[in-house]
Amino acid sequence: MHKTWESFKAGVWQNDINVEDFISQNFTVYTGDDLFLAPISSNTKAVWERCEVLLKEEQRLGVLDIEMDAVSGVNNFKAGYIIKEKESIVGLQTDAPLKRIINPYGGIKLASKIVEGYGRKMKPEFETFFNDYSKTHNQGVFDAYTPEMKKARHTGLLTGLPDAYGRGRIIGDYRRVALYGIDYLIESKKLDLNLITEINDVTIQLREEVSDQIRALKDMKKMALGYGFDISLPASTAQEAVQWLYFAYLAAVKENNGAAMSLGRTSSFLDIYIERDLESGLITEEQAQDLIDQFIIKLRLVRHLRSPEYDELFAGDPTWVTESIGGVAFDGRPLVTKNSFRYLHSLTNLGPAPEPNMTILWSEKLPETFKQYCAKMSIETGAIQYENDDLMSPLYRNDYAIACCVSAMEVGKQIQYFGARTNLAKALLYAINGGYDEIYNEKIIDGIPVISDEILDYEKVMELYTLTLKKVSALYVDTMNIIHYMHDKYAYEKSMFALHDTHVTRLMAFGAAGLSVVADSLSAIKYAKVKPIRNEFGIATDFEIIGDFPKFGNDDDRVDDIAVELVTKFSGMLKEHPLHREAVHTLSILTITSNVVYGLKTGTTPDGRKKGEPFAPGANPMHGRDKSGALASLNSVAKIPYGDICQDGVSNTFSILPETLGKTQKEQVINTVSILEGYFAQKAHHLNVNVYSRDVLEKAMAHPELYPNLTIRVSGYAVHFHRLTRAQQLEVLNRTFHESI
Amino acid sequence: MSQSNLGYISKIEPFGTFDGPGIRSIIFLSGCPLRCVYCHNPETWQAHIGNRYTATELTEMALKNKPYYGSNGGVTFSGGEPLNQPEFLLECLKSLKAAGIHTALDTSGYSLSPLLPEILEYTDLIIYDLKAADAALYEKITSRKIEVTEKFLELAQKQGTPLWIRQVLVPHLNDNQVNLLVTAQRIAKLSNVEKIEILPYHTLGKSKYETLEYDYPLGNTPAMSMSEGQKWQDQLIDLISRIQSTE
Repeated sequence: MHKTWESFKAGVWQNDINVEDFISQNFTVYTGDDLFLAPISSNTKAVWERCEVLLKEEQRLGVLDIEMDAVSGVNNFKAGYIIKEKESIVGLQTDAPLKRIINPYGGIKLASKIVEGYGRKMKPEFETFFNDYSKTHNQGVFDAYTPEMKKARHTGLLTGLPDAYGRGRIIGDYRRVALYGIDYLIESKKLDLNLITEINDVTIQLREEVSDQIRALKDMKKMALGYGFDISLPASTAQEAVQWLYFAYLAAVKENNGAAMSLGRTSSFLDIYIERDLESGLITEEQAQDLIDQFIIKLRLVRHLRSPEYDELFAGDPTWVTESIGGVAFDGRPLVTKNSFRYLHSLTNLGPAPEPNMTILWSEKLPETFKQYCAKMSIETGAIQYENDDLMSPLYRNDYAIACCVSAMEVGKQIQYFGARTNLAKALLYAINGGYDEIYNEKIIDGIPVISDEILDYEKVMELYTLTLKKVSALYVDTMNIIHYMHDKYAYEKSMFALHDTHVTRLMAFGAAGLSVVADSLSAIKYAKVKPIRNEFGIATDFEIIGDFPKFGNDDDRVDDIAVELVTKFSGMLKEHPLHREAVHTLSILTITSNVVYGLKTGTTPDGRKKGEPFAPGANPMHGRDKSGALASLNSVAKIPYGDICQDGVSNTFSILPETLGKTQKEQVINTVSILEGYFAQKAHHLNVNVYSRDVLEKAMAHPELYPNLTIRVSGYAVHFHRLTRAQQLEVLNRTFHESI
Repeated sequence: MSQSNLGYISKIEPFGTFDGPGIRSIIFLSGCPLRCVYCHNPETWQAHIGNRYTATELTEMALKNKPYYGSNGGVTFSGGEPLNQPEFLLECLKSLKAAGIHTALDTSGYSLSPLLPEILEYTDLIIYDLKAADAALYEKITSRKIEVTEKFLELAQKQGTPLWIRQVLVPHLNDNQVNLLVTAQRIAKLSNVEKIEILPYHTLGKSKYETLEYDYPLGNTPAMSMSEGQKWQDQLIDLISRIQSTE
């Protein structure tokens, strides 16, 4: 046994890789308040001030710098520092802060184009290599795409497909490196490899992948050595534990540019090491906070080189370094430790910021003090999202984490194939228009009869919409299967899979956009009279709505039931089709900021939304239509079913005026806790909480320089308001700000 | 008491954060014996208008909203004057208490109902609208005598019901040092006071008078700012504690 393990409580974690057991045996629940927290250390302050200068410069330039002499990889870059002697946690993606990595494995053409966009020229040998001697993910995908897939992609029926960028949404169990050291992990992988003896297509692929994983682990070790650390053996102090864990994460973001490169569930794991060092007098609370603050600084500096199209979908340069905090252990103990507070406290010490994406796994069993602290930090910083642990832990057991915005997975045991999303509103228009696209006047889906009724009939529209969705879901599944086949083949995330069990469960997360638009549209057709106005090709480009109709977001079952029926149906249709590598189907109602782009690509809908106007984000009610108060709006969204139906997540972004929450900050905190309790008690899944007035946002639009740190939750992630495009800022402003509760 | 009482309800706010602690559902009962010059809900004066509900219906609604009440929220009965429908109110309170829901009464205390002791038994909090501590001013504001509400207050004190005291301050009517002192002296004598709030007069009710074709008693009296109200509130609380510490 390793010497450093001696003072830990023994368990099965010592015989086999089992981080959950290690945590469960050794963590210390903290039920006290936030008064123990330490202020920022002078070293952290110096390091962060340097970063702030660089961040400002980056904001001016768009991209601060790009590493031109190497491409992505675990150990392809020299060591880099911010202020070396003041950094208690070291390591950067490249040799300098905010210097971005070229990742050609997704697609060389796009990579070259992006680099050129920033006034640089890709090294000719890279171009030659990836064009002439090797192949990329993007090339593979387009070799296999059918004409129908290309059309659906072009019109925006299927959007945001990860066919030209890293899929992300895979969380390495970075804690394993700290707990076991690299050598143990390599040995364990070698054992696994030797056990795969039967040879067939499935095992050949797996044997190749495990060999790649072993190589990545060796690279990780070399990379850490470049910083003067030997991570062969387990971490023996808190400082080492944070550092080892960070090296493991760093390897992932050196190698991959996935949309969401999430961190996992690390705070209470690290607390065990910190508690041990605090107890033995090795460190003080100030030093413990310094370790966490410096770690958080590093996470805030993670960057990827994105294309302008990507930025349009996911505004503000998000990296989704999602960290899941809280939740409850299998024996009912809340997984809240002092370190859960320290992570959130970094928002005070370093100021509000969107990354890491602080995600509270909410349970009614969390300590009251922690609930109130979270609510207070939400009100003060706008940087926190909440997800329902009581809903997720029965499905994902007790050591899961959130990838990206809402996607739960067991850490080290499950991975996700990110499935972007289908535009449900466009699909409805296809049902009304015989499979023709309303913008391109082009047939996209075959076999849909044309409706020529003067007034749309609900039953008939529903029947054709069901038929359309059936065809769309088949096309959608096929498309995703191709993408992930090629991603596994050409852009395999070796360093991240190395930190998973060899035999993982794969989830394929489909997505749907425009839920509230469709629910309201169908409600209008059912409860009012909707008259299509058709163009010369017979395609409905506008709708006359006669009479009123119930709208999603007012706790009115007449329309809320339509939304529930729709997602249930769509989820069932997707499940009819088998998936690449026996993946399990899940579905999310989440748009990130792409609700603006999807709206742009979608014609006028029967709910009265005009062509080009944004959808509501995620599962939100449409802007300004949830008029019955904040809680009625929440109640509608809470009805969208999670387990088995939308089991990848149901995202809701909620904005409320501070004064609506209560007169004093204390009242506001308590009432925020009550809202979260009430929402989640109804089996709702996710909530972004924003407490600010429209007035502040208007001022920030006019004078961005006065609000450099204004952080808001958009849809599953937080963003610096000034980094949104003007269209996106306006969309946020048009959202409902609840003035009554 | 019959179990089929129907109450007249002028409005239900499923959720609010201003009338009592936490997140609460506010039920506005119709009918009020007072005619306060600054009343901003004149539509609730008449006793037999609004929708009719049973206590069971209201309890069901409250149970549906209960997840949001959290640790300190619940149901507040406001008005009008909720004591104006004592039988119905009592039935509601009993039913809510049986369902484990916190109850608050937003009242001027103007009632002679023999049911008052029992009503207070099922009331967790009285939000008491102290119109004026001075008899003459009370009459000027409400057009009624002060004795009835004084008796109510005595009863509440006897039963030990927790109190939040509120007073509306109107420019030129009661925003003066004399009223402040008299009010402070009155509150200083009360026990179980958990909170004291000054509500600055606003003119949002004015348009309702026009709709109802009533004369607006305060004419063009300007609204009081929030900060001005806060100043009076601070002074009042300070004065009460000074009075209490010298006694």
